[in-house]
Amino acid sequence: MFSNLGSLLRYRGLIQSLVARELKARYRGSVLGFVWSFVNPLLLLSIYSFVFTTVMRNNDDPQTRPFAVFLFCGLLPWTWFSASLTEATSSLISGGNLIKKVLFPAEVLPIVSVLANMVHFLLGLLVLAAFMVAFRHFPDAASLPWFPVVVAVQLVFTLGLSFALSALTVHFRDVRDLLTNALTLWFFATPIIYPYFMPSVSRFLVLFRLNPFYHLAVSYQEILFFGQFGHVRSLLLLAALSVVVFLSGYWLFDRMRDSFAEAV
Amino acid sequence: MSAIELSHVSKTYRRYGARRFATLKSALLGRSLLRELRPDQTFLALNDVSFRVAKGSAFGVIGRNGSGKSTALKLVAGITKPTSGSVRVDGRVSALIELGAGFHPEISGRENVFINGIMLGLSKRDIEKRFDEIVDFAEVREFIDAPVKTYSSGMYMRLGFAVAVNVNPDVLLVDEVLAVGDEAFTHKCLDRFRDFRRRGKTVLLVSHSLGLVERLCDEAVWLDAGEKHAEGDSKRVVDAYLTAVDQSEERSLAAASANAVRSSPAPAGNMFDATEGRWGSGDVEIVQVALLSRNNEPSFVFHSGDPMAIRLTVRATQPTTDFVFGIGLFNADGICCFGTNTELEQMQPDRLDGEAGVTFAIESLDLVEGTYKLDVAVHKRDGAPYDYHRLLYTFRVTSRSQDVGIFRPRHHWAFSSNVRFR
Repeated sequence: MFSNLGSLLRYRGLIQSLVARELKARYRGSVLGFVWSFVNPLLLLSIYSFVFTTVMRNNDDPQTRPFAVFLFCGLLPWTWFSASLTEATSSLISGGNLIKKVLFPAEVLPIVSVLANMVHFLLGLLVLAAFMVAFRHFPDAASLPWFPVVVAVQLVFTLGLSFALSALTVHFRDVRDLLTNALTLWFFATPIIYPYFMPSVSRFLVLFRLNPFYHLAVSYQEILFFGQFGHVRSLLLLAALSVVVFLSGYWLFDRMRDSFAEAV
Repeated sequence: MSAIELSHVSKTYRRYGARRFATLKSALLGRSLLRELRPDQTFLALNDVSFRVAKGSAFGVIGRNGSGKSTALKLVAGITKPTSGSVRVDGRVSALIELGAGFHPEISGRENVFINGIMLGLSKRDIEKRFDEIVDFAEVREFIDAPVKTYSSGMYMRLGFAVAVNVNPDVLLVDEVLAVGDEAFTHKCLDRFRDFRRRGKTVLLVSHSLGLVERLCDEAVWLDAGEKHAEGDSKRVVDAYLTAVDQSEERSLAAASANAVRSSPAPAGNMFDATEGRWGSGDVEIVQVALLSRNNEPSFVFHSGDPMAIRLTVRATQPTTDFVFGIGLFNADGICCFGTNTELEQMQPDRLDGEAGVTFAIESLDLVEGTYKLDVAVHKRDGAPYDYHRLLYTFRVTSRSQDVGIFRPRHHWAFSSNVRFR
């Protein structure tokens, strides 16, 4: 397993060009092209902002103002996470031709899904920055160095899950449908559209703390929005957990690798 | 020194039946997935197959559909793993199993060449160096910046082939990919293979084109239903395979012919409209028709140029002095290749009584490859039929050359000394 893991480094050229291809191919043939990478998060954000600040005004917390910026801080990483998992889960099946007809390192496929979505995430950060300027709400410079750490933790965690889910989907196509519904539940169970200090969250705090993405969302919001990063310990704990998830996800993937060419 | 070595390789596939999926437990535990299945839930694609391919040689794998050829190739390519036994391959492998398998339809040919090359193990710099050669070989220079979804299937395939052979592998695996290109491109590919061999590389070729295997390969293996039937010099293996194919064709033609006579229908309303069948007064009856090969064995498959005898057994219910025997040969398109009767050949009937034998001997069956049907008849001199069998008997002519038409005269070519062939 570890030798296979090591050979991943050899594939970085391949991963790089496949990610580039993925990004190029995605908007090929559309009028706006690459601009969609900025327009997509903007549209998503406008919908959520409209719903939560105009339609459902009642739980307007002064601490979450400006709400659009607050929402964006949690929504961007979540979009990266959920889109990565959805795409990675089907990646082995849609890339079946490669696995069956070419000697091809299968793990590259879920990795490419996660990384391509990470690029969209990073581009989305530019939109977030523009929003911060527009609303004159700036993050705390002292906590900003933690930002890449949170991103790294999320990356490792997402990769681990993607390995496991993509491998299982080859044999159990049910995973795809289960995942779609699980992600909806997961989204609402994570403080993204509501702040983590909301009274109803505090009441079930033990349960919330079991949700790995809770810690990611809180970290992003503290660093980028509230300006006081006090979640360090939990984040480091999650970092350790992510490594475990990554290794077990890869172990499972490696274990089932031989069956891919036949079952895809 | 062998470049490829398979020893006692078996490959079992899961047979998907009523219960389609493996259980979660068996999936998580991985490797023992197949061993837990009962034999009726598995399919043995390769059974204890061993062969080795010498370095620098060209090796063919032949066999019917479903004989395990492609499985063997995938095992050599490393795409699947053997259930038992071992596969060893020396050096870098490039597999032409499906050309352009990794192409993305939306992006340009140029970008696809790079990504495909990287997938097959080249570095970016390698590809840059060979880019022109790849594009020229594929003959797609004008379209190289168009998305490959706009390519014709021929362009797509040529580009895939060009990338794969430019990977410069030590072992090249080819699965029936030449069947799709046009003449000129096929020749280019064959030249490439020969060039490969000259440079001491190994080629493993899976093909239904026996002529190609014979011409290109030094050695070959013949797989049948997952088992090795023969191995060795490619000409000998191809011969053995062809003989076996003849025999099985013979069996099925024999069965069809037995069926035809037994189920001979009632006379058609107008015998000239009848496409096949049997009619006549029955005063003289053809009771048996046999096609005989060189050594008087009944046979249904003949090689072009072989002798063939058509032997009729007839029975006259009462002695008669008015009778004509005739035969007609038709090809699969229904074109009469040859027809004659005793009347046309100026034979005056004198007397026919009881059971008699009639043999029409062809010294050399000079027909091209194909399926042929036979009319046999006995009738009165004015044409009124005693017993007419129309197209009831089928035989096959096989040939080693792919020539066309109907008639294949004995021939040879002659050239003046300044015409040379390789």
